[in-house]
Amino acid sequence: MNVDATGSSSETRRKLRAVVGSQISRDEEMFGAAFDRQVMRRFMRYVAPYRGAIILAVAAVLTFTASQLAIPLVIRWSIDEALLSDARGTGFLTLTVAVFAAIIVANFAANWLQDWLVGWTGERVIFALRRAMFEHLQKVALTFMDRTEVGRMMSRLQGDVNSLQEFLDNSITAIGDLVLLVGIVAIMLTLNLELGLLTLAIVPTLFFVRIVWLPRARRAFRHARETNSIVSGALAEGIRAVRTVQAMRREAVNRELFEVKARNNLKAHLRAAKFGQTMVPIVDSLTGVALAVVIVLGGSLVLDDAMDIGVIVAFVFYVQRFFDPIRSLTMQYSVMQRAMASGQRIFEVLDVPLAIVDKPNAVSPEAVEGRVEFRHVTFGYEKNRPVLHDLSFEVAPGETVALVGPTGSGKTSIMALLHRFYEVWDGAILIDGVDVRDYSKDALAKHVSMVLQDPFLFTGTILENIRYNKTEASRDDVENAARVVGAHDFITRLPLGYDTVLTEMGRNLSLGQRQLLSFARALVADTRILILDEATANIDSYTERQIQRALGRLLRGRTGLVIAHRLATIRGADRIIVLKDGRIVETGPHDALMAQDGLYASLYALNYASFDDMPPALAEQAATNRGAT
Amino acid sequence: MTQQDYSGGHRSAGDLAILRRIMELALRHRWRVAIAAGATLIAVGLQLAVPRLLGDAIDGALLTLGDAVDPAAARQTLWATAALLLIVSVLRGAFTLAHNYSGESIGHLVGYQLRLDFYAKLQELNFSFHDRVHTGDLVTRGLLDIEGVRMFFNMGVLRSLLLVVLVVVGAGLMLSTDLVLGLLSLSFVPFVAFRSATMRLRLRGLWLRLQESLGELGRIMDENLSGIRVVRAFGAEHYEMDKYDQMAQEALGISRQRVATRSAHISLMTLAFFAAMALVLWVGGERVLSGEMTVGTLTEFLTFMTILQQPVRQIGMVVNAFARASTCGARLFSVMDIVPEIADGPGARPLEVTDGVVRFDGVSFAYEAVGAPVLKDVSFEVARGKTLGIVGPPGSGKSTIAQLLPRHYEATSGRITIDGQDIREVTAQSLRDAVCVVAQDPYLFTSSIENNIAYGNPWADEPEIHEAAGAAQIRNFIATLPERYETLVGERGVSLSGGQKQRVAIARAALLDPVVLVLDDSTAAIDAGTERRIQRALQDRAGTRTTIIVSHRLSALKHADEILFLEAGRIVERGSHESLMALGGKYAALYRLQTSGAESPEGVTEVAE
Repeated sequence: MNVDATGSSSETRRKLRAVVGSQISRDEEMFGAAFDRQVMRRFMRYVAPYRGAIILAVAAVLTFTASQLAIPLVIRWSIDEALLSDARGTGFLTLTVAVFAAIIVANFAANWLQDWLVGWTGERVIFALRRAMFEHLQKVALTFMDRTEVGRMMSRLQGDVNSLQEFLDNSITAIGDLVLLVGIVAIMLTLNLELGLLTLAIVPTLFFVRIVWLPRARRAFRHARETNSIVSGALAEGIRAVRTVQAMRREAVNRELFEVKARNNLKAHLRAAKFGQTMVPIVDSLTGVALAVVIVLGGSLVLDDAMDIGVIVAFVFYVQRFFDPIRSLTMQYSVMQRAMASGQRIFEVLDVPLAIVDKPNAVSPEAVEGRVEFRHVTFGYEKNRPVLHDLSFEVAPGETVALVGPTGSGKTSIMALLHRFYEVWDGAILIDGVDVRDYSKDALAKHVSMVLQDPFLFTGTILENIRYNKTEASRDDVENAARVVGAHDFITRLPLGYDTVLTEMGRNLSLGQRQLLSFARALVADTRILILDEATANIDSYTERQIQRALGRLLRGRTGLVIAHRLATIRGADRIIVLKDGRIVETGPHDALMAQDGLYASLYALNYASFDDMPPALAEQAATNRGAT
Repeated sequence: MTQQDYSGGHRSAGDLAILRRIMELALRHRWRVAIAAGATLIAVGLQLAVPRLLGDAIDGALLTLGDAVDPAAARQTLWATAALLLIVSVLRGAFTLAHNYSGESIGHLVGYQLRLDFYAKLQELNFSFHDRVHTGDLVTRGLLDIEGVRMFFNMGVLRSLLLVVLVVVGAGLMLSTDLVLGLLSLSFVPFVAFRSATMRLRLRGLWLRLQESLGELGRIMDENLSGIRVVRAFGAEHYEMDKYDQMAQEALGISRQRVATRSAHISLMTLAFFAAMALVLWVGGERVLSGEMTVGTLTEFLTFMTILQQPVRQIGMVVNAFARASTCGARLFSVMDIVPEIADGPGARPLEVTDGVVRFDGVSFAYEAVGAPVLKDVSFEVARGKTLGIVGPPGSGKSTIAQLLPRHYEATSGRITIDGQDIREVTAQSLRDAVCVVAQDPYLFTSSIENNIAYGNPWADEPEIHEAAGAAQIRNFIATLPERYETLVGERGVSLSGGQKQRVAIARAALLDPVVLVLDDSTAAIDAGTERRIQRALQDRAGTRTTIIVSHRLSALKHADEILFLEAGRIVERGSHESLMALGGKYAALYRLQTSGAESPEGVTEVAE
């Protein structure tokens, strides 16, 4: 088998339908302005608490730079005034060395202080910023979270925050670099104007070369990074899908396709390496030119007795320091571009409005009876596209109501609204006759619990997962809850029992087991009202029976609102509400609805494992059949 | 980084053996290595010439001061020195480029080769390996470990060479010029080298700890955002913030240590360097004053020190490169060296399918050598045109049978044959050509739905793909997709329901048209009606195919010619649906349980109890 990059095979002339790795680039990198007043102003607000540290850091940077500038001067001074002056001698040399010693001690202290302050302040600012983002995300509207990929959010919390840190670190040291460069120029011109001017002639060339080189090199580096993530993606896919690969015997084809990607990656890196290295001979040659100028012109000046020899020595030191600040300063531009783009993304997150805030006079009753009422509720996620239309129903305390209907009928919205995840457009939702908007959020959490369709578990022990935020629950409470839902047996069979650590969101447990744990969690929360979204995923009949039993126990004595998918659950409910397109079409117990021979009866007759599984066309047909009868 | 070994065995090779092996990888690029080493030597030599030239120039300019030397001749000497210096600088730049570029390119070439080998190895390793090793771990470790190994030649070996030559030759030059001053100008080297090495190693330890706690922090945020509804439903925002703060404090603490370590070491290294310079200036100054030395020679010492400084400070990086390469190499090679337990034997022949008779003969199996057996003494036979059904409670070993047949795992004892040929004696390729297993939880690739269906035969033409989609009852659904067969599915594409994914997987198998088709609970998320239609479509070729259906849902296998009821790895009941119902055993009980939800009132009382 021979696959080339164009995807054709030498054996057959057919089109090769094969790729490895994702075909979508993940790169979010973009470049814009290097300075954004808005972003800077807001960023400064997070820096402000560390004002003192930053002022001190800048002072240290300046001291450090000054000492660096001074050292060649001291050497020049000691050569010209101590070594080559007949008048002075050993005593004066000792003095110059003492001055040198003082300067390097200052250099040491400033160096330590600047590195410590810049690094540590940067870390603290960045941790504060990240915390602010994370805390904000705890409070933003769920509509925002619904729309946003978790991965994208994570890259803001991690990548973008890091590029701001880079910016903060570099900005302070950039002040030093700028002062260093200006200082070198000034000192050289002061020491000898003619020699200074001629030597400094290479500086514009260095800047120019650097500026021409930088964007090209950056493109090459970025391309290399992109090919890295392409190769990593393909590798990750190969590992994750290894069972399919082997079952379908795709090893050979994949290897060749992977090789193409790896080769592109290699080429991109070799190209980037070339770019990375081209600056070296240029800088070395220009430095050589400057040194040659210093020697020829400086030497002649010394020969003519127009200049001291120490100046040449000082020049030699300064010439070798030219390039470092130029390099960092030219890099600062792209650091800033990156930081501004990241800053925009970060502040975008911080600007997401907080959806639901407690009213000042919100009530937090200790107990509720558990009566739920939807009163003429209209609600939707997008403007002018309501999902629920003027919906009204009541659930008595202790009653279990099953919500049934095809996908998109509004079941999930009802559940989310009761917990005030979203605000209704019109109408009201009442618990014990009080509008949910008049309760505090904590009170709602205390009286309404929720079991989601996909049992979400956190990394941590089983005990921690069942207890979750009810930290006051004892181990006994947890074990009792697990016993009631029938999870105790399988938990104790695990080698570490309740202390077994669940990794990767409980992937080491079966779906049925995870379901039971989420039931136990709701049981520990022990609320009067329980909202439950039954899992649609297919579970074997053995586990299924356990879950049905647990469900019964969980709902006992509570007001239950169940989005039901399984016939057993639906039939076990006190009442069934059949929804379609955000409206209630039928309501009543199973037998009554069957007798009514309406939508419910026709859905039921189709004998699907779950109403959601049903193709929309069939559901539509069932609904029209009902209309016809 | 915790020492982790994927082979499951102990580490056999020492650090030296691992480094040698990495060197061998680099030495495959003989010419580049020669160029890199040669360029390094020349570049260092040229660099060492610079201080001497500068010293000569200064002395040249000073000579005329006292003595009555011809100023024209002196100027000529200056020009000559300057020209030489310029040539040396240009050449040094060129050779540094050659040294750096070839060093880096060797690293990239080694990385490329390792990446290919790693990928191929992972594709080849048996299921049992992938069961044992965490996927994410393998991905990230694979990437970082290759990076660590790849950098070794350039950052470790080549830089060591540069350092050694620079220090040794430089020291020789300096010491031969003036022993005391030479010693003084080299005095910072041991201190800075030691500091640099210890700093790097400490920073490496701290960095790994920091990565770990930042990873934890990332995980806390990721779980919080993914499970935001649970967080909100339980009003657990404060609890989550506490969890976050605790981890963030830990990470910040490590960061603080890192910054502190770095700033202390860096400033001390600079101090040591300047202190040595002060000593050279002092002692050298005395010599100049006493006429034992020229200013030019003193300048030579001072500039030599500045040349030496940077590389000596980088000793830490070299040490780090060695440390990193040996741990990364150990981990990487531990994977590369695994020989798959299941591979074609020396005399493996291609499977010759005649009647398509699959036979299990007293097959037992345990996932781990010491673990409890999952299958015990299982025997059955199923022929072409027939369907075998396998049912049983979770963990009874149903799926294991499906995995043993294409030899993804090896039976512990007993024999599995197809048309009388032991599957251990035929080539894996021909075996897997003949046997196709559709798994319960299929993997969808982020690619077009067409590519996904054609996964097993990427050269299939459109009618074949459409026909397979038709058999899997997903053709109509695909027709409703925005770009039909070109629609992107998988992780980042259109998300499909569990049932739709399963139907794609079935289409994949249908396209391959295998002699033996195993459906391993692969219709669990598909409704009973569609399931029947799929089965009928697949059985249109029933006369030529052997079918094994593993399921916990009896509707899927009710029509099988023979049904095995498995419990704890043993066949406890077997027969046709009718005969098993008549037997009134476990099968019949399960059947009643599954139909009760819809047909008997017991289901209701069960929920309401």
